[in-house]
Amino acid sequence: MLWPRLARNLASRPLTERVAAADEAVAQALAERLRAASRARLGRSLAVRQVDAGSCNGCELEIHMLSGVVYDLERYGLSIVASPRHADVLLVTGPVTRNLAQALAATHAATPDPKWVVALGDCAADGGVFKGSAAVVGGVADVVPVDLLIPGCPPPPARILEGLLALLEAEAEG
Amino acid sequence: MSALEAVLRRGAAVAGAAPHARLLLDAEGWAALADALAADDGGALLALWPGQRSVHAALLDDAGRMVVASGPAAPGYAALSPARPGALLFERAARDLAGIVAEGAADARPWLDHAEETEWLPAEGPGLHRILVGPIHAGVIEPGQFRFSLQGEAVVRLEVRLGFTHKGTLSLMRGKPPWAAARFAARLSGDSTVAHSAAFALAVEAACGVAAPPRAQALRVLMLEWERVANHLHDWGMICNDAAFAAIHAETGRLREAVLRAADAAFGHRLMMDRVVPGGVAADMSGEGAAALRSAALAVRRAVPGLRRILEQHASLQDRLAGTGVIAAALVRRFAAGGVVGRASGRAFDARLLPSPLPYAALSPRLATRGEGDVAARVAVRIEELHESLRMVTALLDTLPDGPLEAPLPPRAGEGSALIEGFRGECFAWVSLDDGGAIREVFLRDPSWLHWPLLEAAVQGNIVADFPLINTSVNGSCSGCDL
Ligand code: SF4
Repeated sequence: MLWPRLARNLASRPLTERVAAADEAVAQALAERLRAASRARLGRSLAVRQVDAGSCNGCELEIHMLSGVVYDLERYGLSIVASPRHADVLLVTGPVTRNLAQALAATHAATPDPKWVVALGDCAADGGVFKGSAAVVGGVADVVPVDLLIPGCPPPPARILEGLLALLEAEAEG
Repeated sequence: MSALEAVLRRGAAVAGAAPHARLLLDAEGWAALADALAADDGGALLALWPGQRSVHAALLDDAGRMVVASGPAAPGYAALSPARPGALLFERAARDLAGIVAEGAADARPWLDHAEETEWLPAEGPGLHRILVGPIHAGVIEPGQFRFSLQGEAVVRLEVRLGFTHKGTLSLMRGKPPWAAARFAARLSGDSTVAHSAAFALAVEAACGVAAPPRAQALRVLMLEWERVANHLHDWGMICNDAAFAAIHAETGRLREAVLRAADAAFGHRLMMDRVVPGGVAADMSGEGAAALRSAALAVRRAVPGLRRILEQHASLQDRLAGTGVIAAALVRRFAAGGVVGRASGRAFDARLLPSPLPYAALSPRLATRGEGDVAARVAVRIEELHESLRMVTALLDTLPDGPLEAPLPPRAGEGSALIEGFRGECFAWVSLDDGGAIREVFLRDPSWLHWPLLEAAVQGNIVADFPLINTSVNGSCSGCDL
């Protein structure tokens, strides 16, 4: 039965773990970029829309873990939303394939300003191992402007969370 | 597979193909193969792919023997899809990849090539309306397009369109030495990174006439089963989540994190990417690896019975899962679909039971099957397999042989193939090496090729609101077939 378990959970320690705060240097650099771009403030919470622009699905597996009990993205005011129209941040994975470049550009256009683009994973950085393929356009920055890069193949959830927190920090400073 | 055998006997065996034979057929022989497949419903068509002015098909007979048949494609060849509907997507992809044309196929539209607008299949009827979703979806899932034709809430027809994540993976592998090409096999479908890496590695080793050392083979099985545990937990949770039952999703997510951390501790990567390489494994299990795996395995084993009871005892949840998204046993047989999807519809096939260089025989994996073919059956098969994988992991940790981790690969020409049971189903790899030992031709086949058409069948007659649930229960890979 579920009820006894829920009751037990009420009395036990939370499973959610602390995550290191955003790296100060990263936060600083982002804050400067924010000022330079004189972008409007986003507020203390960010709505994140994930866009798979051609990934191998490895990056998505780690994004999934973010919303789980261990990392619990939402405690920071970060949430994954269903539409780019509700989003402040596009979290883009994969090398951008020819077959998705247009969809990525359209998703970016559908996201209201001010907006941020986070390129997640080595493929999103510059095409990764798929760089140079005729079927691949390149990294995310080859299609839409990128504000933050989170490296890794795939980046572990703690690193993704640190990156997103850096955005919040930069936002507070900017 | 008697008619088929008679046809294949006409072919000339290619020298140096191991461990499964490859037979060269002339155009007439290939046409006879198409006829034989139509006349006789035995055996399974695993894959079809293009070569250089040729076409290849991997076939598995009912006794578990595999053979690759090759015919000329200049650029036409007799389509196998009229006999075996599972061949259709392969034929469409082969045209996009190499310009070869399946003559007599019912559908000649492009698949991977999106340069031009393609027509959707027609759906006629009174009061029909349509919903087109994708390629960017509302959830964190891979890109694909789904076009539903609906009557009220009921799905009359679903058409799946993929190819969006086409990265040219196979052409990037060509000309590279096996160790460099392995990085692409590891990224064909990230969730099956170990399975595709292992299939590719075994195929390369067969081509080189080399066997990986026993410790490496045992560690491969350990990683394969650990990958299955992680993914089955994930799918189980996601299916319940799609039925709006968050409690199980939260618990399986917690367990999955423990499994991934143990993988990281033991093998240095949460998904175990690039750990299985041609010749063996990239590194040994770490000193604390065995303890980490054991303790995570114990945590999962302890938690599963309780979660299973919750799943079975909540009528509201069962109501969503039972009887939903039924895939008929006859259809699964016709497509020869493997993995959880096949076994949940009564197809008793698991590549772990076939002869293999991997030490599965000593572990005697137990086959999990169900007959209902619905979402609930696919969940049940996953849970049973989860238990079985944990048992095998523990047994392997108790009996890990000592010894070297890698065998050197001589740079030489050869051809090899392999079939590995990944968490979704059987992953097939075929490679041909040139005189310098570099990849001349390669094909990697994810089990999802046969699952996507079955998803289209599974949703027919269901309400459109159940689509996410049914889709998750099938869990096809886009990247895995987009190549
Ligand atoms: S960065 Fe790695 S995990 Fe992410 S999409 Fe690329 S290959 Fe896959």
